Amino acid sequence: MSSSEQVTGAQSLIRSLEYAGVDVVFGIPGGAILPAYDPLMDSMKVRHILVRHEQAAGHAAEGYAAATGRVGVCMATSGPGATNLVTPIADAHMDSVPMVAITGQVPSSAIGSDAFQEADIRGITMPITKHSYLVTDPGEIPRAVAEAFHLASTGRPGPVLVDVSKDALQAMTTFEWPEEVSLAGYRPVTKPHSKQVREAARMILDAKRPVLYVGGGVIRSDASAQLRGLAELTGIPVVTTLMARGAFPDSHPQHMGMPGMHGSVGAVGALQKSDLIIALGARFDDRVTGKLSTFAPGAAVIHADIDPAEISKNRVADVPIVGDVGEVMAELTAVLSEDMASGKRGDYEEWWKLLDHWRSTYPVGYDLPDDGSLSPQYVISRLGDISGPDAVYAAGVGQHQMWGAQFVKYEKPRTWLNSGGLGTMGYAGPAAMGAKVGLPGTTVWAIDGDGCFQMTNQELVTCTINEIPIKVALINNSSLGMVRQWQTLFYNERYSETDLHSHRLPDFVKLADAYGCHGLRCESADGVDATIEKALSLNDAPVVIDFVVHKDAMVWPMVAAGTSNDDIMVARAMAPSWDRED
Amino acid sequence: MPRHTLSVLVEDKPGVLARVSSLFSRRGFNIESLAVGPTEVEGVSRMTIVVDVDSLLLEQVTKQLNKLINVLKIVELEPDASVQRAIVMVKVRADANSRSRVLEVINLFRARAVDVSLDAITVEATGTPDKLEALLRMLEPFGIKELVMSGVVALSRGGRSISDRALRPIDRPA
Repeated sequence: MSSSEQVTGAQSLIRSLEYAGVDVVFGIPGGAILPAYDPLMDSMKVRHILVRHEQAAGHAAEGYAAATGRVGVCMATSGPGATNLVTPIADAHMDSVPMVAITGQVPSSAIGSDAFQEADIRGITMPITKHSYLVTDPGEIPRAVAEAFHLASTGRPGPVLVDVSKDALQAMTTFEWPEEVSLAGYRPVTKPHSKQVREAARMILDAKRPVLYVGGGVIRSDASAQLRGLAELTGIPVVTTLMARGAFPDSHPQHMGMPGMHGSVGAVGALQKSDLIIALGARFDDRVTGKLSTFAPGAAVIHADIDPAEISKNRVADVPIVGDVGEVMAELTAVLSEDMASGKRGDYEEWWKLLDHWRSTYPVGYDLPDDGSLSPQYVISRLGDISGPDAVYAAGVGQHQMWGAQFVKYEKPRTWLNSGGLGTMGYAGPAAMGAKVGLPGTTVWAIDGDGCFQMTNQELVTCTINEIPIKVALINNSSLGMVRQWQTLFYNERYSETDLHSHRLPDFVKLADAYGCHGLRCESADGVDATIEKALSLNDAPVVIDFVVHKDAMVWPMVAAGTSNDDIMVARAMAPSWDRED
Repeated sequence: MPRHTLSVLVEDKPGVLARVSSLFSRRGFNIESLAVGPTEVEGVSRMTIVVDVDSLLLEQVTKQLNKLINVLKIVELEPDASVQRAIVMVKVRADANSRSRVLEVINLFRARAVDVSLDAITVEATGTPDKLEALLRMLEPFGIKELVMSGVVALSRGGRSISDRALRPIDRPA
């Protein structure tokens, strides 16, 4: 598949993308990247989707990657084009999303001179990329691109930036695609150490209160089947973090739900009261552990992750296992099967009694508003029930995101996309667009808040023009809802700058119409099902539903920031009782 | 906190020093000293980094450094099993009255006078950071006009090399 002929650097770049298997690029042209857009016009393999803001190009690439498992690609020009990519690059870095960002750079002779539209994007993105390249020699373009895709998609996935100077794009060069990529300083360990796996198996069989703490790594590694095998063999309860929703079916009897700041009492308790946490592709994020020093004080920790730096970063691991989480679980299952065949078995019966008690006593639920206004939780719950587990749901950040994680029932991996680590408002719409491009036959919902939506809603026009019929469920509570919730709870209901007035302006139905989308509005519970069904029936253009909801609804349960998981509140001023009362 | 000396082999690429130093600053690790230079292998540089961290944090530092694609190998050099040296040059006030006493200190520390003028002597010394600190304490009373000190460089004792395990030839874009 290798060829070698005279081409421009720009042609070499586009051909490299083709060789890397890219089928779509989200981007915007500009001065420095302009040479690359000329051969891109002729590419039969790479589709370019012209977005309206580079941030959206980045989030679309993320959504594409998260939904399909393939590397997402975004492209921008130098200076402001590149800096607009900074937020999605940081987002992809936090959530381990395989992404390659291609940026144009000013001519190499002008680098460092504060030239027009010059920004040191490689320097700017150093701490938020897995790796980055500045290419000024056209001959190096294919290798840089090949390495970028290799780095982005292997080991712990992440974003890689390739910054190419304009003169490198314009110069003549030979194109030669490297047959293989070998990086002396990059050898991710995928196969776990068998001694560690055996030790983990021993601890699992000895434990009385074990829990599988499943993180986003299980989804990135496509390891849901191995997880199910391990869970069902052992009978151990499973919790799935915000990044791992869908890694294990919500309908599975061993699933205790989502842990963390807005997790279920059952899931938080399963970690907090555990004597053995088996962390699988998870990173003990502060949103999961609460106050770290009081997190799961009685638990030993087995920590499996492909990134050695995550192990013992926040919580010291008793058994560290570096490797691909799918391989770790497969090997662990094999070792445990042997042990169990010889009669050894974990005894978790008492543990399950406690877990079932928490689960039945403190299910995640919500109260309907007293004034008869629309409940946001009800809307999201119906959205999930009607659209089903095959649809993809992308959320923004805030209350609607938490409700999206709590009240949609996920059965499959890669159906829940959200900005978990960075918490980027404005992620949902563009991410849904990217997911829909990657999975054109799938229903893709953006569950968005009125605050988030207005950060990137210009991309509706991109969706309309490029025939990407996403559906947006706007949970319009007229405020920055999560911030408002904190003001309610921690700032004496002083609502400083959280009222967005979006029940009045903008008129989201008219806005949808202006962008060539179907605009629907729903203000009462009795219209919810019909409106969702109507939206599902419209596939000739994007759909925006303005769900006008109650603004005082709050996300419960809640572990307040900086407090212990022991102090989880089921509702305002209502703490669970951890001990069984029978 | 205990002091640890890390020898870090890196690819000699533009930006690699920035990657390493920005990692330290971003993760809140403190660099006590840093020295960078070429090695016996072309295209490979060696950084000697001294950090003041406890052992758990040192593990994090090492793991985070290892994640940098341009970092090839990291070895911690224990003080007992390695030779560690820094160089200091110091301009000490010394006139006809004090010159001989300054020279006496220089001789005691097996340092060298590399420049002399009517009112000053420039002293060059190599040694462990402890020895250099002791030298500076002795020179302090004469009056230190100017001082420059390198980062520590270090090699393990014995015949083995940290680049023993064949480093492949490297020809890649930055």
